[in-house]
Amino acid sequence: MSDVHITIKDREGQTHKIVAPTDMAMNIMEVVRSYELAPEGTIGVCGGMAMCASCQCYVHSEHLIPEKGDEEEAMLSEAFNVKENSRLGCQIPITEELEGLFLELAPEEL
Amino acid sequence: MIKTDILIIGAGPTGLFTVFEAGLLKLKCHLIDALPQAGGQCSEIYPKKPIYDIPGFPEILAGDLTTNLLEQCKQFEPGFTLGERAEKISKDDNGMFTVVTSKGTAHQAPVIAIAGGLGSFEPRKPTLDNLSFYEGKGVEYIIKDPTIYKNKRIVIAGGGDSALDWSIYLADIAKEVTLVHRRNEFRGALDSLEKARELKVNNKINIITPAEITQLSGAEKLESIVVTKDKVQTEIALDHFIPLFGLSPRLGPIGNWGLEIEKNAIKVDTFDYQTNIPGIFAIGDINTYPGKLKLILCGFHEATLMCQSAFKIINPGKKNIFRYTTVSGVDGFDGTRKEANKPVIQSLNQ
Repeated sequence: MSDVHITIKDREGQTHKIVAPTDMAMNIMEVVRSYELAPEGTIGVCGGMAMCASCQCYVHSEHLIPEKGDEEEAMLSEAFNVKENSRLGCQIPITEELEGLFLELAPEEL
Repeated sequence: MIKTDILIIGAGPTGLFTVFEAGLLKLKCHLIDALPQAGGQCSEIYPKKPIYDIPGFPEILAGDLTTNLLEQCKQFEPGFTLGERAEKISKDDNGMFTVVTSKGTAHQAPVIAIAGGLGSFEPRKPTLDNLSFYEGKGVEYIIKDPTIYKNKRIVIAGGGDSALDWSIYLADIAKEVTLVHRRNEFRGALDSLEKARELKVNNKINIITPAEITQLSGAEKLESIVVTKDKVQTEIALDHFIPLFGLSPRLGPIGNWGLEIEKNAIKVDTFDYQTNIPGIFAIGDINTYPGKLKLILCGFHEATLMCQSAFKIINPGKKNIFRYTTVSGVDGFDGTRKEANKPVIQSLNQ
C-alpha cells in the first residue's frame, strides 16, 4: 500500500498538494479534516454518513471514482451549489486510483 | 421564570446523561433544545443508525440510545424547554445565570452546562433572491401550526421525509399543494412514498420534478413563485412557500456569550470541563481541549466529572463523597428507589 498525492483547492481558493494514506480506510472528507483545510464544524458535520452536504466537493480531474450510491445521490439532490461534478467527500475512499486527483471544496452552506 | 440547579443547553445524549449524574448528587436539571424532541443528532440525523462504541452495548440504534437515556434520567424529573433556542445569557450579583430562549422563555440557574453538540439545528435555506424579505410573509421553513394553511395554496420544496410527510398532511387541509423537487426520486419511508403517489394520482397534490424554484415575487408578501423545469419557467400563484431542505447545525448565539471559542468549539479546562466563565461548563461534542474526541462516551465522562464541580458551586462548603450506585442505589426525585437485592443470611440446619 502506498500514499497518493491529491490536490485540493480550499474554500478560500488556495491550492494544497497533500499526501493521503491508502491503508487507513480514510475518505476525502477525513483527509481534508486531518490537514485542517476547512475549519472544524464546517466539514464532515454528520460524521461521514452522507447525511449532510458539508463535505461537498467538485472533482476537476478525470479519475475513476466509485459511482454515487443512493444515499449520496439523495443528499446531493437536496444540497445547494451542486454541479455536474459534485461529490460528497465522505463517500470517496482513498485508494491508489486517486493518485493525482484534483478537487475543490464546495462553498459552505450558510 | 423556570428555576433549576443545572440548566443544560442541548438535550442530546450528553445532556440527558447529565440529568442522571446530577440526580445522584440531588441536583435538579432543566434542558433547553432548539429541536422539538430530545436526543439531539441521535434522533434528528441518524435515529436508525447503529452505534457500536457505547460501552456495554455491542450495537444500539441511536434512537434506542435516546429512549434508554430518557428512561434512565426520568426518575430525576428533568424539565424540558423544547423547540426553543437558547439566545441570551446574563449573570446577576448573586452568581445566578438567566438564559432566555428565542421564544422569550426565561430560565434561572447557578450552573449552566452547555451540551450543545454541533450547535442548534437551523433550517437550510435555498439561495433565492429576496428570500429573507419574504420570511414570515409567506415563506416558512418549519411548520409550527398546520392550521394556518387551511384553504391556502401551498408550494413545498424538497425531496426528503419532511417534504413528503408535510405534503401528505397538508393535502387534506390546504386548497392546493404543489411539491417541487430537483430530482425525480424522493427519499422517504415506503408508506409515505406510496401515499404521495396515491395523492398525486387522485390530483390531491401536484408533483413537479425535476424542477427548482427560481424566483419569488410579491409586493408586500409572497404572491407567486417561478418553477423552472427543463429550462421552462412557470409562474405559480400561492399563499405559502415552504422549503424543507433539512436542518444544519450552527453554533449560533452561544458564540456571542463571551466564551473562549476555538475551531467552532468551546475551550474548557479538563479538570471539570468549566469554560472561561466560572459556572458555565461545556461538555460533549461542543467543547475542545487537547486530545478531545467527539464521542458520546467521552460526553458521558465529561458530564460525570462536571457534576462534581457543579455540586460544589451549588452547595458551597457542604460535605459530599462519591458513591457507587451498586452501594447506594438510586433515589429518584419521583419517590422511586432502586437498589440491589440484599442477600438473605440464615441457617439452613434448623
